Amino acid sequence: MTQLIIILCYLALLLMLGLFASRFFRGTSSDYMVASHSIGPFLLLMSIFGTTMTAFALVGSTGEAFKEGIGVYGMLASSSGIIHSLCFFVLGVKLWGFGKRYGYRTQIQFFRDRLDSRGIGLLLFPILVGLVIPYLLIGVISSGMVMQTMTAGAMPELFPETAGGLPSQWGSLLICIVVLIYVFLGGMRGTAWANAFQTIVFMVLGVVTFGVIASKLGGQENLWDNLRLLGDSISESKATRVEMSKTKFFTYLFVPLSVGMFPHLFQHWLTAKSANSFKLPVVAHPIFIMIIWVPCVLIGVWATTELATIPPPLQSKPNAILPFLVKTQAGPLLGGFLTAGILAAIMSSLDSQFLCLGTMFTNDIVGYYFDRNASDKREIALARGFIIAVVVVTYLLSLLKPPSVFALGVWCFSGFSALTPLAFAALYWKRLTKWGAYACVLAAAGTWGYFFSDAVGKAMKAGNPGPIRTYTLDLTIAGETYQLMPVAAIFAASLIAMIAVSLVTHPPKEETLEKFFGKTSTK
Amino acid sequence: MSRILCVLLLVLLVLHQDNWFWTDSRLVFGFIPIGLFYHACLSVAAAIVWWWATKFCWPVDTSEVTTEETHG
Repeated sequence: MTQLIIILCYLALLLMLGLFASRFFRGTSSDYMVASHSIGPFLLLMSIFGTTMTAFALVGSTGEAFKEGIGVYGMLASSSGIIHSLCFFVLGVKLWGFGKRYGYRTQIQFFRDRLDSRGIGLLLFPILVGLVIPYLLIGVISSGMVMQTMTAGAMPELFPETAGGLPSQWGSLLICIVVLIYVFLGGMRGTAWANAFQTIVFMVLGVVTFGVIASKLGGQENLWDNLRLLGDSISESKATRVEMSKTKFFTYLFVPLSVGMFPHLFQHWLTAKSANSFKLPVVAHPIFIMIIWVPCVLIGVWATTELATIPPPLQSKPNAILPFLVKTQAGPLLGGFLTAGILAAIMSSLDSQFLCLGTMFTNDIVGYYFDRNASDKREIALARGFIIAVVVVTYLLSLLKPPSVFALGVWCFSGFSALTPLAFAALYWKRLTKWGAYACVLAAAGTWGYFFSDAVGKAMKAGNPGPIRTYTLDLTIAGETYQLMPVAAIFAASLIAMIAVSLVTHPPKEETLEKFFGKTSTK
Repeated sequence: MSRILCVLLLVLLVLHQDNWFWTDSRLVFGFIPIGLFYHACLSVAAAIVWWWATKFCWPVDTSEVTTEETHG
């Protein structure tokens, strides 16, 4: 019951924050969607970090380390520290400049202008929305599961079928309602504030959890002795990467490029007060990733040792490892706070995704094709209406409990990564044409679809979603097999198609290039 | 982006593929596997490179950015 009370108090706090943020609302659609470009360095850092780190940062990192060993840090975390900041630096700052100058609120508005193409939006819109929705579902479903697991035993008479835990569908509904309220009321400002608050919560609680588990798990008298004992107990396969493919590790570098095309991150970039606001996020992002990931990876590999007795049913559920250790090592109070931390990580991504889908529907579809002269009041009403619709649809989809939705995570990221060459070229390559852009998007969609359907076929044959998650391209050269992440091939296909088609089609108009590159020739 | 920054980024990416610690199970400070410690240091190195980039290769002069239109 203690855990449930802490969770409810935390959610109430968030609602109060949303209400407070709404008092600063200026009544314009620009304020609702991009906070009137008023977000300074600290808030920008926290909101961007909170948006890019999902529940995976806490629960998933521990679970992956439990399965794969310490190599997951290099594969998923240190690579992100380099690549994410590269995207903020190279794409974020420039896109913010164009967004502020020309009033963009979505990526599609930028691409329409830069490519001088009305049609690019119709092609990009369903792809971007299609890639965000599974990502949203992962958040909604995991929030319900986390609440059910962590409140088990709290209400045995009310919910005997879930061992007294709040049923996952109720937990998901509660989270959707809370996020909906603060996004509805506070818009982007409320979202940025809530993200900043939640990022602080999950970072602090992540470190506290590490401290508590590290000082109890080994059973020694002090923390240092515990750490040494735990370190000595890690098996060689988990302390090294002997079982990890070097080429798979290398091609995983393409996955973090996805942040270059996340529509919700684009919207966060636009909230910056000035270009200088990006400096802190660019520098601190790798350090923040390290603060969260190193302790979680260590806990994950410690869980594989004989010092942590993980019951057999949990061995096949790596995402349950961290909640299990917290429950057994830390007790209900920290358990409640950690649940709040995990929910914070989930909600700090969900809110931005809900808001960005509402913004895209309002600006890219209704505002562009049906109601170009909408007033601020109408635009805000439309955005809010779409946000409610997106939340309802996502929640209803989550009730279907799609069995392989978690395996879709890396596929969503791969899809966004494959579109990132388009963002780079739009900003730095004058010769990019609209036909080159179409070729890029279609090549990305085509190769993604091909590999994904192959993975689904293998999963159906195997009778479980495992092959969707572990799918690789196996290249055999001179008798040696090299595993590659499919994202590498999808990325290469979209890049080659974009360059080849751009070079054989008419260059963009001079006035378009002047708008984005100043007065220069196309050569 | 300056050439120095491009070189530094390339170095970071090369260092990321640390084949030299792939099978090394030594512990640093008696408890952190060296492969994990190395990549944590790489995160710090990335932050230092980005700090340098924001000092010496900052791409935008903020005074140039002025609002011209309200809708894209």
